[in-house]
Amino acid sequence: MSGLVLNNVSKQFGTFTAVENVQLSVPHGTFVCMLGPSGCGKTTLLRMIAGLDDPTSGSILLDGQDITKVPTHKRNLGMVFQSLALFPHLTVGENIAYPLRIRGAAREDQKKRVDELLALIHLTGFGDRPVSKLSGGQRQRVAIARALALSPKLFLLDEPLSALDAKLREAMQVELRQLQQKLGITTIVVTHDQREAMTMADTVVVMNGGHIRQAASPIEIYRRPADTFVADFIGSTNLIETRANSSGVATVFGNPVPGFALPDGVQTATISVRPEDVHLTAPGNGAIDGTVTFVRDLGGTIETFVETGGKQIIAVSTPRERPDVVAGQAVGIVLSPEVCVVLKQ
Amino acid sequence: MKREPPQSIADYGPLFFPAGMLLLFFVVPFGTMIAVSFFQRQEGGFYTPAFVFSNYERFLSAFFGGVLGFSLMLAVTVAICCVVLALPFTYLLTKLTRRLQVFWLVALLSVLSLSEVIIGFAWSTLLSRTAGISNLLVRTGLLDQPVALFPSFGAVLTGMVYQALPYTILVLYPAIIRLDPTLMEAARTLGSSPIRAFFNVLVPALRNTIMATLIMVFIFALGSYLLPQILGRPQHWTLSVLITDQAIYQSNMPFAAAMAVFLVLVTLGLVALTLLVGRKGEKA
Amino acid sequence: MIHWLKRFYFLGIGLFLALPLIVVAGVSVNAKQTLAFPPQGFSLGWYGEIFTNPEWRAALVASVVLATTSAALAVLIALPLSWFLWRRIAPWANIFQVLGIAPFTLPPVITALGLLTFWATTGFYGQPWTAVIGHAIFFVTLPLVTLSLGFSAIDRSFVEAAATMGANDRTIFRTIVLPLILPYLVSGYAFAFVLSLNEYIVAYMTVGFTLETLPIKIFNALRYGYTPTMASVTVLFVFIAALIFSLVARFGDLPKLLGAMASDEP
Repeated sequence: MSGLVLNNVSKQFGTFTAVENVQLSVPHGTFVCMLGPSGCGKTTLLRMIAGLDDPTSGSILLDGQDITKVPTHKRNLGMVFQSLALFPHLTVGENIAYPLRIRGAAREDQKKRVDELLALIHLTGFGDRPVSKLSGGQRQRVAIARALALSPKLFLLDEPLSALDAKLREAMQVELRQLQQKLGITTIVVTHDQREAMTMADTVVVMNGGHIRQAASPIEIYRRPADTFVADFIGSTNLIETRANSSGVATVFGNPVPGFALPDGVQTATISVRPEDVHLTAPGNGAIDGTVTFVRDLGGTIETFVETGGKQIIAVSTPRERPDVVAGQAVGIVLSPEVCVVLKQ
Repeated sequence: MKREPPQSIADYGPLFFPAGMLLLFFVVPFGTMIAVSFFQRQEGGFYTPAFVFSNYERFLSAFFGGVLGFSLMLAVTVAICCVVLALPFTYLLTKLTRRLQVFWLVALLSVLSLSEVIIGFAWSTLLSRTAGISNLLVRTGLLDQPVALFPSFGAVLTGMVYQALPYTILVLYPAIIRLDPTLMEAARTLGSSPIRAFFNVLVPALRNTIMATLIMVFIFALGSYLLPQILGRPQHWTLSVLITDQAIYQSNMPFAAAMAVFLVLVTLGLVALTLLVGRKGEKA
Repeated sequence: MIHWLKRFYFLGIGLFLALPLIVVAGVSVNAKQTLAFPPQGFSLGWYGEIFTNPEWRAALVASVVLATTSAALAVLIALPLSWFLWRRIAPWANIFQVLGIAPFTLPPVITALGLLTFWATTGFYGQPWTAVIGHAIFFVTLPLVTLSLGFSAIDRSFVEAAATMGANDRTIFRTIVLPLILPYLVSGYAFAFVLSLNEYIVAYMTVGFTLETLPIKIFNALRYGYTPTMASVTVLFVFIAALIFSLVARFGDLPKLLGAMASDEP
């Protein structure tokens, strides 16, 4: 198949296992974000794809060809480093032309390609400037242009936007996604910022402890998290213990949720309910009874903290749809069956 | 390109020439010298392979013991004088603007690189009867007639402090410039005068650095051998002078080698001490 | 009060360092062959003497040739060694770093005597080229230290980035490593050059009777006949040292080379 395939890839540093038995396939032209807390193995995985680290076991295939043993400089990829790694002794233009120059491209061809790329990143006319005279966002774009100079098969980015301030970062996320769609290049970005992953990716790969916990589209990751780690790591959520009652209906804090059943043979499970899916009503009428402990009004949204069965449940709503409640008030919680996601143990 | 242990013989390639040069022209000569120190001296400047301790035994005489004692005492005195002079100077230097710092560093390096011969010649001129400072004293009426201030112990000491002072400053410079500036500021806000803060805060904070510097300057001063000859009398000659003298003029290579080996042992012992002090400093 | 104390201190140290050189500079412009100070008359003839007197000129040429070649050899030893230590994981190879620093740390007479016994044993004693090797080994410490510092300042992601763009080891060395290390290479060469120019004991003990370098010539003149040329040579040497170190400071980061933090660090 065309695209990138990781087959049972593991990496060990001494006794520490950074990546364990990772199985992943990235179809050609896809934008993948690898997301996870620091130390989860995402950067190690990216470095193995780039050939900067060798897998301890497993294989890496690009367009059907095994590249596990191919040295970095023969893999035909473009990579943007966290530090950007722009060469300080070269100008902007010379940095972008570097991959062409070392292949002995003619001077005119180098210049033509550099001009094209500078136009692509909206920095026309910056070719002769020293790298040190650029702003953070400009450097970012130069690093991207340099990585794309040879139209590589694979575009890898390691925390590329982490050095930028929040506003610029959001703008660059959009720009990067648009650029990738324009070029149709297979792209893998490592990030710890879930907003970044949600904005850019076709596929989000959530990693923890050297394992892939879930690989799916951003909306599926959010709506149908596979396990407690993913549910908790992506956005905020309520993790609630449920138990099947004698008639097969799942109960939450002893109250049956009509129409919601646990899978066959499962007696207890943890479910994830996003705060915006928690509806507050008047107590009684089969609702789960609880007491409001705190209200956080953020203007655009309001978070209501409700205590029930010794646990805290958070409900988020817009000011319009929310009943007027204050701390200390008794309320009812209503969960509809489709918002309760059963998580893997 | 991964940073990894060398995989093949070719990966060791860059090491061949440097390793070969250092082994052949430093380790082998060093070994030769140690071997020669056990050789038997023949009349007429030759020596034959043997394994005798007589060269080391000869070293245990009162005369050489005196020379060794004087060498060590001289080096200690030089080290103390240099550190006492250099410590406040280096501290003040690090507070200057970058341009001025660079100016001083260039000046210090220039003096440091000067040949011992040149330093010896310059001070012998300065302390001489015909061209020296005593002429100035005569002009100002402090002295009746110009005098020669060398050869003397004071001249040897001055020359050696002159030679070692730039070295001392350059050894102290990195340690002091990395020192947390808030340390002194904190002392100042607590009401210390600058001079009191220097002695009560800076000097204790740099205790290990000062110890290590003293030892390094001591070793540096131990290597000086031309200044005692140019500015001093024979009783001011150091072990380095005697080694040269035995090797070149007395043609007694085995004895010179034995003294050199002894000097190495003293130096290595002190380097080990420096490292020990440094390690303690890291822990503290 | 403190302010004046500071100034006084700088002035004192400055005077201490400069005074002998001022007197020597004064002596060097005496009109007649005398080492008088203040100088009697004024003449720059003793500077001309360095270049016109065959003995002094020969010593100058010998010293410059020795310094140029031995500093080059020292860099040739230091560059591959420090590159290897940076490029590879080979902790045992650090022993060569120690060997490179040892000759400069030990009292110079040790290296000198070691080389003397070695050349005497191998039968090359007195050959002028042995001084080149002697100085290269003695001063290899300087390029070794500046280059190690230079390599540690190269961000490894530069190398990785070059590899992802298709550069092999050799290309990376030529296009990335060498340009970035060049200022440190030049400084290392400059330090070794200036110190070799001034070195006395190693040269004296290995080739003292066959090759007269300037420091040896000055020392011989000190013993066998004073002349103001000694003073003019001294001034020339101070000038060369100051010039070279100024150039190093102009094109490199001198405080950083001497172990202070990089000037652009916060």
